[in-house]
Amino acid sequence: MSESLHERNRRALARALRRILPEDAVLTEKEDLRPFECDGLSAYRALPLIAVLPETVEQVQAILELCHVNEVPVVARGAGTGLSGGALPHREGVLLSMARFNRILEIDPANRTATVQPGVTNLAVSEAAAPHGLFYAPDPSSQIACTIGGNVAENSGGVHCLKYGLTVHNVLGIEMLTMEGQRLRLGGKTLDAPGFDLLAAMHGSEGLLGIITEVTLRLLPKPPAVQVLLAAFDSVATAGDAVGRILGAGIVPAGLEMMDNPSLRAAEDFVHAGYPVDAAAILLCELDGCEAEIAELTEQVSGILAEAGATEVRVARNEAEKARFWAGRKAAFPAVGRLAPDYYCMDGTIPRKRLAEVLERIAELSEKYGLPVANVFHAGDGNLHPLILYDANQPGELKKAEEFGGEILELCVAVGGTITGEHGVGREKIDQMCVQFDSDELRYFHALKQAFDPAGLLNPGKAIPTLHRCAEFGAMHVHHGQLPHPELERF
Amino acid sequence: MDTDQRDALQARVREAMDSHTPLRIAGSGSKAFLGQPVRGEPLDVTGHRGIVSFEPTELVVTARAGTPLTELEATLAEANLCLPFEPPRFGPDATLGGTVATGLAGPRRPWSGSVRDHVLGATLLTGKGDILHFGGEVMKNVAGYDVARLMCGAFGTLGVLLDISLKVLPRPAARETRVLEMPAGEALETLQRLAREPLPLTGAVHVDGRLHLRFEGSEAGVAAGARHAGGDILDDDEAFWFAIREQMHPFFAGNMTLWRLSLPPATPLAAMDEPMLIDWGGAQRWLRSEREAQAIRAEAEATGGHATAFRHAPEGEIFHPLPPAALQLHLRLKEVFDPFGLLNYGRLYPDL
Repeated sequence: MSESLHERNRRALARALRRILPEDAVLTEKEDLRPFECDGLSAYRALPLIAVLPETVEQVQAILELCHVNEVPVVARGAGTGLSGGALPHREGVLLSMARFNRILEIDPANRTATVQPGVTNLAVSEAAAPHGLFYAPDPSSQIACTIGGNVAENSGGVHCLKYGLTVHNVLGIEMLTMEGQRLRLGGKTLDAPGFDLLAAMHGSEGLLGIITEVTLRLLPKPPAVQVLLAAFDSVATAGDAVGRILGAGIVPAGLEMMDNPSLRAAEDFVHAGYPVDAAAILLCELDGCEAEIAELTEQVSGILAEAGATEVRVARNEAEKARFWAGRKAAFPAVGRLAPDYYCMDGTIPRKRLAEVLERIAELSEKYGLPVANVFHAGDGNLHPLILYDANQPGELKKAEEFGGEILELCVAVGGTITGEHGVGREKIDQMCVQFDSDELRYFHALKQAFDPAGLLNPGKAIPTLHRCAEFGAMHVHHGQLPHPELERF
Repeated sequence: MDTDQRDALQARVREAMDSHTPLRIAGSGSKAFLGQPVRGEPLDVTGHRGIVSFEPTELVVTARAGTPLTELEATLAEANLCLPFEPPRFGPDATLGGTVATGLAGPRRPWSGSVRDHVLGATLLTGKGDILHFGGEVMKNVAGYDVARLMCGAFGTLGVLLDISLKVLPRPAARETRVLEMPAGEALETLQRLAREPLPLTGAVHVDGRLHLRFEGSEAGVAAGARHAGGDILDDDEAFWFAIREQMHPFFAGNMTLWRLSLPPATPLAAMDEPMLIDWGGAQRWLRSEREAQAIRAEAEATGGHATAFRHAPEGEIFHPLPPAALQLHLRLKEVFDPFGLLNYGRLYPDL
């Protein structure tokens, strides 16, 4: 029997790659490729043709040039903690692992910057900056494992982004390679750069525009004092209203998180944080600043919470209690994970004032699909994470969970929000992109991609749907009697 | 007074496409001095004005690009909110659109973030006559490429801004400015030290042998910060910061070329003894010099920075030249959003 085309391609490409990379940096065997078959969204799996693990920029450049000439797709990967299938390999492509780019190149305390390779973990930056009294603000929940390169690609948030911003607000510069092998430096240690804001465009571009090879991060002085408050409410609407009142009073907390009853119960059972389990919702509010400021703000926020109708307000009495208040929230995902064999984490953003009606509608959908749901909410910035519980071993349940999730995302768009606040579109939410954007907008997205990557080889099939895909998806999703993208042929 | 003129503007751009007429996007003209002069028929966007939506507790405002900054800021102030990036107006009728298109921010910028850091969404009219909407009114949004932020500082060369959504923040409850007598070199060292301490600093300017430090935030935080900094209290500090923001301080008078240097904040002083105003805690420095542009740009570049011939520019480029690979990408992006070169052609760079 003759060797398949797939295998022939693999062997030819591997030979070419081994000419530019050390032997151990080119993986072709199934068992070696297995660890790369999915990211944090394990429902989607595929083996790449080949995986490569370069360690120098020149090697990456050579890989890209080779793939460009041979028209081989390239999918970049950091730690693989992404939650939208953005690093899902391409079956005919090269999986480019940036894991060996793991060095912190410089901590510059005078300019308050850290310059790192893209494979450095998020937490490692703050650890390296700590001796200088500085820290790196964005702190996605996966921060012990996720990498800075991935953070830029996804524009990651975290529980403190209400006050400190997203990754895009905390990156001063990057060095990158285009698919054509051009080396570009965008920004640096300055607060702006000449020309278009390409640095902003690279954030959240999910590996479709270029390969990031170096990142310069802004470091901030560590606040000397932190306080955490916990408030219980007998309805989510009241809790949501309290959030508006805190911000309306001119206070921007470092963190402001909400958990609904199913999620706070799950967290309580798991880590025994001392949460009031009969509350309909709890709010966690973290304040930071200097000592005098914290005392003033704590009093003010306690008053606002009580006035807003909190049934109970607790102010952490010591470090251990602060940690305990947070422990439940930080363990919310795994805690909910104990309630069912599988859970599916959604990531919509909504205008905060629509929270109560959105949660009500999600409860109705939960009944319709027969799947329970727990909600965790970055309340300050409107980023909602409904966790849909299901059992992948029950035939049809995954599909049901996905449909349920899809409806939640469309609901987020309908109330003026977005299908993804911080997890990215990846492979997962590609159909919902057709709901959020019209054909013209998608066409410009494709054109923008083409400006960076004319041959369309970087992470193809992710983030931005083709117009035909939307036409097919639209055939199943008719809104208000109107077909989206009416100008397209139907198949 | 508030009118939605998007249809008329779209018709005008389509007309221009048909007749191959280049357009010069015209707001109030307050920042027209910055950049190369644009040849083209004026496309007046000042009529497209008005606040479209404003939710004080959501900390978001959406307004049409022709909305005067004074009107927008007054509306925000009534709700005890502000534009955190403290935009300079450079004229009484400055518009929101011009603010975003030029991307200019005031003294608070290093601590509050830039214009683009606060842009959440934008509706734009491209050079192909298409009206597109990117981003939205929510704080976190990673669906699709961040085209809204790409428009910031593009000087209208990628599209006509129609509507803009911004994140806004509470006005600081308290403010105090301290003044310390010291030469520039010592000021830079002091700023480096202070910047590593968690102080509610929101302004740091050195001019005429004096370092001005502004603290804003809660009463307690400001009092602690100011005490820590020492020096004397500046009484009419609002006037000082206004003059810095609007370039009405005497330093900015006269016709000598005004260079804007964007540098890593800790960059030591250059050997040249020329008039300089240090802003943004060292990260933005204003230089009066009649030396060759090339020499000034080379100096800035050597420190990892860049230089703009901001006012009274000599012949030649205004903005710092781009390396070839970056320029190529710029030209391709122009091709995407304005393939016929109709919009503000050449304002930023030749062929763009």
